[in-house]
Amino acid sequence: MSTEATAQAGSREDSARSAVAAPLELREVVKHYPGAAKPAVDHLSLEVPAGEICVLVGPSGCGKTTAMRMVNRMIDITDGDILIGGNSVRDRKPADLRREIGYVIQQIGLFPHKTIGENIATVPHLLGWDKQRTRARVEELLNIIGLPGDFRDRYPSQLSGGQRQRVGVARALAADPPLMLMDEPFGAIDPINRERLQNEFLRLQAELRKTIVFVTHDIDEAIKMGDRIAILKEGGILAQYAPPAELLMYPAEPFVEDFVGSDRALKRLALQRVRDIDLWKAPLVRIGEPVSDVKAKLADADLEIPLVVDEHGRPKGWLSERGLQGERVREDFRSPAEPIVELDDILRDALSDLLSADSQYGPVVDADGCVAGVLSIEALSHALSVPAQHVPSATELAAAED
Amino acid sequence: MSDFSYVPVLAQLGDDFFGDREGATERCPGNNGLCPGWIADNFSDFVDPFWEHVLLSIVPLAIGFVVATGLALLAHRYRGLQPIFLGFVGALFTIPSIAFYLILLNITGRGYTTAVVVLTAYTQVLIYRNVMTGLQEVPRETVDVAEGMGLTRRQILWRVELPMALPTIFAGLRIAASSTVGIAGFAFFAGAGGLGGEIFADPAFKGNVVTASLLMILLATVLELIVLAVQRAFTPWERAASS
Repeated sequence: MSTEATAQAGSREDSARSAVAAPLELREVVKHYPGAAKPAVDHLSLEVPAGEICVLVGPSGCGKTTAMRMVNRMIDITDGDILIGGNSVRDRKPADLRREIGYVIQQIGLFPHKTIGENIATVPHLLGWDKQRTRARVEELLNIIGLPGDFRDRYPSQLSGGQRQRVGVARALAADPPLMLMDEPFGAIDPINRERLQNEFLRLQAELRKTIVFVTHDIDEAIKMGDRIAILKEGGILAQYAPPAELLMYPAEPFVEDFVGSDRALKRLALQRVRDIDLWKAPLVRIGEPVSDVKAKLADADLEIPLVVDEHGRPKGWLSERGLQGERVREDFRSPAEPIVELDDILRDALSDLLSADSQYGPVVDADGCVAGVLSIEALSHALSVPAQHVPSATELAAAED
Repeated sequence: MSDFSYVPVLAQLGDDFFGDREGATERCPGNNGLCPGWIADNFSDFVDPFWEHVLLSIVPLAIGFVVATGLALLAHRYRGLQPIFLGFVGALFTIPSIAFYLILLNITGRGYTTAVVVLTAYTQVLIYRNVMTGLQEVPRETVDVAEGMGLTRRQILWRVELPMALPTIFAGLRIAASSTVGIAGFAFFAGAGGLGGEIFADPAFKGNVVTASLLMILLATVLELIVLAVQRAFTPWERAASS
């Protein structure tokens, strides 16, 4: 990979560990197996900007894995071309090409006869890195994936499934490749750990900003992980290529609509966090405050019921009419301040909280527990009508969290 | 020992395969008993045959290991060869050793070389089959991910497939070791000496039969333990898995 071809990915100056990623382009790529009536991948064209996750998703037999495996030439391209950082993969020796592309598969495929350190060092070893550099890199990667340094000398059989999966990712990242291919990387992990590993990986990606081709058959995983999603249908035909929110709002054809499911509006709720939408402004009052001040606040707010907060700004309860009778605000609540929603909650969880509390709205608090606004079902409903391009991708969400 | 029926035929092979054991019965009044006294007196007669037997076991094992592994690697690379090789090494194993020696009489004559050729041939099926099985048992995804990370075919074979096949390969080697020690008992029919000569010198006399047999068992056990020790040294991950 020439240096001109690799783009500095991401504008974040603080991504200290690595910042190199390459854009990927598939141009009219065809895979036609000899003897097959129809191609497995049919004139597939995709552009993946540097540093983004492109998810290939579709039913079995849609050619998603075939498409991915043509990128590192594990499968030969029948027609068309694939460019990494502007260079055709056809011009490269397959083994050399693959050493510059991270590769993670569902079964992980750690080498059972090699220690964790040796597994991670596979590609650096092939590239002829010296011992010191390799050792330092292994240490760095164990640290990045959150495994203790003494795991270096263990064997894969001594690790749990989740730990092995992390090592698989670390091994793919070892030589700092500008592009990663991931074939159902979380497919063999139980649901609870899968969720955690997905989140971990998104946080890692927010920092590393690699260009990633991610294959899955699970649309929910695609929506969660993808900056862009390519939905393929049988015969390797691209049905739609769009960011998750756009895909959910404007499915291009009935096949996509079916594939994303009839709950696609609800799925959008998983794409946004409470902090991303316009919250209502609540009239915040304190016990002992002049009632005249409250009147002014009420006029300025989106809600007619005053929310009582303590001296730190934490919600105490909704004030009753009687609390306002008199010179100063008295402690008299009509109802407790429930449910309390956090800014970092995803909209789906927030909505669930409102519904289970049988409430139309609830105070939103920041990390310190101070009121930042009020979330109402009306505001949620409004958020779902926001144009798709304003909905952030998974990587952006993970980055915002840090 | 069904090979006994060959004994008259084998007389043609030479005149020294029935050694001189005449003094034995004289010194052992029990007549065909175990005669510990006789064993003690004559133990030195077993030393040279024992070392012959050691060579008759180790040399065919070493050559057999190299040849069978070579065949297995060829068959691993060119799958079409698999049924041919398996049939060939299997057929070799079915030839009775005495017949094998007679066949080779016109080619390599009598002696050590003939015995080594025959014993090597017998190791083939045991070692070849296990190398093959070991290579085939390497999970496809492990090979896939190795390829995907940029290992060449040759690197995959030497760094992934063969190491992962080692436990199965060593298992084959262990079976071949004890089997070869046993079959080498017939090597004296080819004029190559070994402990078999001591047994057949007087098959009815128990002292020599027991002594020679015990020495063969000892040799087989030691060889197996050596292979096991080498295996443990070469496959540290196996122990990690069980701990």
